[in-house]
Amino acid sequence: MITVIAIVTDGLVYAAWLFVVAIGLTLIFGVMKILNVAHGAFYAFGAYAAATAIGLYFDRGWPVVGGYLAIATAAIAIGLVMGYILERVFLRRVYGRDEVVVVLITYALFLILEDVLILIWGTDGRSAYQPYTEAGSFTVGGLPLSVYDIGLVGFAGLLAIASSLAIKRTTFGRLLTAVIYDRETAAAFGVNVTRVYTVTFLVGAVLGALGGALTAPKISVTPGLGVEVIVLAFAVVAIGGMGSMEGALVGALIVGLFRAGAVHLIPQLELFSIYAVMALVLVFRPQGLFSRAQPRKI
Amino acid sequence: MQGTSIRACLARKVSAALLFTALPIAAVAQTTPAAPAVPPVKLGIVTFLTGPAAGPFGIPGRNSAEIMIEMLNAGKVPAPYATPGLAGAPILPKFVDEAGSSANQVTEFRNLVQRDGMNAVVGYISSGNCLAVAPVAEELKALTVFWDCGTPRIFEEKPLKYVFRATPHATMDNVAAARYVLKKFPDLASFSGINQNYAWGQDSWRDFVAAMKALAPKATVDKELLPKLFAGEFGAEISALLTTNSKVVHSSFWNGDLESFIVQNGARGLPARSTMVYTAGETAMFRLGAKIPDGTIIGARGPHGVMAPDTPLNKWFRGVYEDRFATSPTYPAYHMAQSILGLKSAWDKAAAAKGGQQPSIDEVVKAFEGLEFEGPSAKIRMAIGNGHQGIADIAYGSFRFNKAEGKAEIVDIVRYPAECVNPPANMTSTAWLEAGMPGAKCN
Repeated sequence: MITVIAIVTDGLVYAAWLFVVAIGLTLIFGVMKILNVAHGAFYAFGAYAAATAIGLYFDRGWPVVGGYLAIATAAIAIGLVMGYILERVFLRRVYGRDEVVVVLITYALFLILEDVLILIWGTDGRSAYQPYTEAGSFTVGGLPLSVYDIGLVGFAGLLAIASSLAIKRTTFGRLLTAVIYDRETAAAFGVNVTRVYTVTFLVGAVLGALGGALTAPKISVTPGLGVEVIVLAFAVVAIGGMGSMEGALVGALIVGLFRAGAVHLIPQLELFSIYAVMALVLVFRPQGLFSRAQPRKI
Repeated sequence: MQGTSIRACLARKVSAALLFTALPIAAVAQTTPAAPAVPPVKLGIVTFLTGPAAGPFGIPGRNSAEIMIEMLNAGKVPAPYATPGLAGAPILPKFVDEAGSSANQVTEFRNLVQRDGMNAVVGYISSGNCLAVAPVAEELKALTVFWDCGTPRIFEEKPLKYVFRATPHATMDNVAAARYVLKKFPDLASFSGINQNYAWGQDSWRDFVAAMKALAPKATVDKELLPKLFAGEFGAEISALLTTNSKVVHSSFWNGDLESFIVQNGARGLPARSTMVYTAGETAMFRLGAKIPDGTIIGARGPHGVMAPDTPLNKWFRGVYEDRFATSPTYPAYHMAQSILGLKSAWDKAAAAKGGQQPSIDEVVKAFEGLEFEGPSAKIRMAIGNGHQGIADIAYGSFRFNKAEGKAEIVDIVRYPAECVNPPANMTSTAWLEAGMPGAKCN
């Protein structure tokens, strides 16, 4: 019984983390058709910014609860700044170009930003564990669980609901949907596509940074952490369907639960399980679980 | 970028050191006939300058190399290393980042030897990189000293001529860990392990299990977890360990993974159920401090750091390191120092046999085989691997956070002689462990 509880909770915690990272990636792809490799850099900068903010905050002996606000503020700030610079300076110049060119540009940006990160924060790892350790733990069926981890599951759930409502119930969400379906038709009907792109990229960047910021209290923040994440995020997005937010949620749940099951039952297959699921889904649904098959324009 | 700035900084420092050594020579040159200048020995130093392993391993290694080379060139290292450089030749280092794939490291190694004309290379933290570089070093006949990687397989799979390792391998770490665990828990019924899924982690776990089987045949393995390197997130693994009744959990984690794992398992109460054994734990103890629970078993891959004896060489090394970098040297710093000192010992010995002339690489290789020399923390004997693999004593201890002084400490330190924890020259690690460690001398 304790193993079942462990698989479910571990799977949900891992899925929550993956979803927060992957939703920004899939949003940018869905709207802008950009496979943004630089998303890993948003994650890494978010983690470093949060680690710095947490350090500054807790050094002053301020109450723990404000530390969580510091994480969110740092992520939003760094995501907005980076997203704005990247979109205005680089991506705006290549809208409409071949997707491969854009991927190469975001890949180059990712590599450059990895070095920029080292120039700013150096090579030493950074620790910002207080929000994680201070949150404490509780026990379910004999298994101690971290309050921070379960809070992360709650946050991911709220994010899923909020993003769904924002897409379906707000004016900007409807504009976004119009651009997702057909950019040219939306533009012909007067939608300011460039503005939609800018806002989408900023939101995606903030979500990527938030993913890193929420992870920072659990890990030793070191250079290179964006590389690991971007590969996993791509797996999640590929399973769910490129550009689908529901797909990102389901993809994250599948990967999270399969990985947790493998760790508990067949640990040797931990990594294999993630990519085996991806391969299996893509064999039967090459466009992913939630993507529509795209008609070819003539 | 970091690598470039580090190189520039080192170039300045080495130039300054060379200038200081050159000034008195210049003064003498005014009154005596000019002697031909000794060309420098070009030394490639490969260590992680970026990436997750840079902070806890690569940078302490680089720092150690920086001061050792500077002090050797200036002739300021205490006896028996008080003569300048390598048999009088100044050392000219070139630092290379170890980050990237093993294939990339092989390319960089070829560049160091063939393009940059390095006389020797001291390099590699990652066991994967050591395994990849070793055959290339042999092919190029390039004198190579591995300074930190731990896999025992380097010299056990094939005899090597140009490759040396002055730091003991992982078998020693894990045999000593098993002996220490059983000293603390003589009736241990079961144990678990979590190690990184590559050469170092797999070899460490294999050796620990084999040593436990030899020393406590009734103890069984509960969980055997091998997450990928640099995973960072270990929630599921911690749950899996929490579902066992293991009194002891073995881990050879290092770098950011070690710190992340300690924090995550602490928050979920794993150390309250199981005593954690970190074979490379010393690198994290000053950074994490009170986050590490008291009683955690800590190794330092030798008698290094706070477990090092108070010898004049160690006092000097600690002193210059702390003065320069405002932090204590951890075991990677010791590993780098003893590797460079091993190279110097071999170089000086080969030169002495040649009447003080600079030796050829083959002569240095010959002098290095079976060499005995003093490291800052222990005597190193190149006793196994056909005289290419060093053995030394090792120490283990239990962590304690001294709240009164706000200081991380290691108590209950036990020192194991080299012959107690290393295989003899005529056996591989695996064969020795499977045979029940015959010939081990522990008293």
